[in-house]
Amino acid sequence: MGVFTPTALLSLPGWGSFLLTVLTIAGIYSLLTLGLNIHYGYTGLINFGHVAFFAAGAYTAALLTVPPPAQVSGAEYVFGLNLPMPLGLPISLVAAAVVGGLLATLIGATSVRLGSHYLAVATFALAGIFGSVLENEAWLTNGSFGLNSVPKPGRAAMSADTWAVAYFVFVVVVLVVVAFVLSRLTGSPFGRLLKGVRESEDAAQMLGKNTIRVKLTSFAIGGAVAGLAGGLYAHYVGSVVVQQFVPAVTFTVWAALLLGGVASNTGAVFGAFLLVGFRESTRFLTNIYDSLLASLPTVAADALRLAVEPLPDHASFVPSLRFVVIGLLIVLVIRYRPEGVFGDPNEIDAIGEED
Amino acid sequence: MSRDSSESDAAAGVTRSDSDAPLLEVDDVVKRFGGLTAIDHASFGVEAESITGLIGPNGAGKSTLFNCVTGMLTPDSGAVRLAGEDVQDLPPNRIAQRGLGRTFQTPKIFRGMSVRENLAFAARGQTGERPISALVRPGTVGSEEADIRERVDDTLAFLSLDHLAEEYASGLSGGQRKLLELGRVLMLDPEIILLDEPMAGVNPSLADDLLDRLHELNDRGRTILLIEHDMDLVMNHCDRVVVLHNGQTLASGPPSIVQEDERVVEAYLGGFENA
Repeated sequence: MGVFTPTALLSLPGWGSFLLTVLTIAGIYSLLTLGLNIHYGYTGLINFGHVAFFAAGAYTAALLTVPPPAQVSGAEYVFGLNLPMPLGLPISLVAAAVVGGLLATLIGATSVRLGSHYLAVATFALAGIFGSVLENEAWLTNGSFGLNSVPKPGRAAMSADTWAVAYFVFVVVVLVVVAFVLSRLTGSPFGRLLKGVRESEDAAQMLGKNTIRVKLTSFAIGGAVAGLAGGLYAHYVGSVVVQQFVPAVTFTVWAALLLGGVASNTGAVFGAFLLVGFRESTRFLTNIYDSLLASLPTVAADALRLAVEPLPDHASFVPSLRFVVIGLLIVLVIRYRPEGVFGDPNEIDAIGEED
Repeated sequence: MSRDSSESDAAAGVTRSDSDAPLLEVDDVVKRFGGLTAIDHASFGVEAESITGLIGPNGAGKSTLFNCVTGMLTPDSGAVRLAGEDVQDLPPNRIAQRGLGRTFQTPKIFRGMSVRENLAFAARGQTGERPISALVRPGTVGSEEADIRERVDDTLAFLSLDHLAEEYASGLSGGQRKLLELGRVLMLDPEIILLDEPMAGVNPSLADDLLDRLHELNDRGRTILLIEHDMDLVMNHCDRVVVLHNGQTLASGPPSIVQEDERVVEAYLGGFENA
């Protein structure tokens, strides 16, 4: 990242702003992955409903800052607090984190007594229910149209490019602060408590620890971080729509965590940047291919054309192949480096096992 | 184990109000699983500062009884009293906080944590276990951690595990895992320790070591209740023996008396005198 100074980026409007978008989204996904790492990496909770906390944060931030419905044509929602920007931003983000944490505590309270794999099913289902609620309670969420006037803080005061750089820097600052706080937590006796519950709940109970409370606390912290990510996302994209919060988000975050390294905060951030970077950059493989054909000498272009000849000639072939590659990547990591890039193989020895 | 704290523990044991009530009392406990009655009106007491052996054939209900006493199972009827107070309806963590520690037949160690972390986990009353305190009270947490570290070092030395302090627990042998689990229980600093087959799978020289450690703990005032299959061990090392058969307490008392009990000989020790 150090190579790309803001000025260099600004002088490269096409690729520069694309790269900036990818990095900003990757920063937000890093927060999501850090949150899941608290759940799974440190506490062993298999949470397949992570996207719900992300959505809860995004909708909270949106509802606090969108203009009231009277000012928006065709609005179905009845509530928009219209907090002024950029001063309302901290309130909006804190509220997003709080609501994400509360939802996580609520979902946790209903399902945290379940064993690891049942917990996965329960959280997946509850996240699905939450998604349906968001879609159907149009009075609150404007239904499937979503809330599309979420303010971008400070955007009015600067150009689009400058704002993109400024917001990216803001996301990085938030990420660094959150990563620092989480590292302090996971390195403290509290982190030790989480890990013990992950390793053996029976043993932790017999040593006097209230494991239900520990797991709920873990749920709340990870959910709050995901909620914060949702708030950042809402103010970055400027709109919040249910279609953004599909289960695929949860599994992208899982993939990032597994690739980067379970129970490693560095790994979580690395995995998120790797996965989002890969997912977004390969989106334009076809364009790269076309411009290569145009710019290469005829012989080389012909050779390239010949090389891709056997592949199906379909517009959606390359884009859908990206997900195959991500899947392949996960298979390879699980097979050859199950602890991920930054994980410690000793730490994941017993993770996810029943007592 | 720090000498100072153990001596004060022993002193506390001596000055404990010597009412006749046993430290741990199992009173008419029944536990059924569907149609199977695993514990059938079992009653016995464990005297403070004794080493009591719980014996019985396979399937007699020994481990189930341990689970009822430690709160992992709730008895269908009857009472479990710890230091005179009913605990049968409390969750395991609350019973543990009242001074009861246990080990498992197959050690449930924290494999993905270092030996040192395994022990430090068990210390009671850690301020840093609350996330907010962990962040905003680094001074308190730091000094507590220093104390815990000292206690961990003492405990590791006591169990001759000190050379393994920084190893991941997953790398330990079966016998070392038993020792680690015992060390973890000691960090909890309980009044009474329940050991589920502490010698099973431990090589003979380590087993002798372990026995020495148990006697040492007992000398320092800890009460020990253990499940064991090795009759020589039970008869030679326990002050009292409780015999469980088909979920019922068949007999209890000093080994020499229990050994002579006709029903016990018939039910369980039939081969013992010839062995």
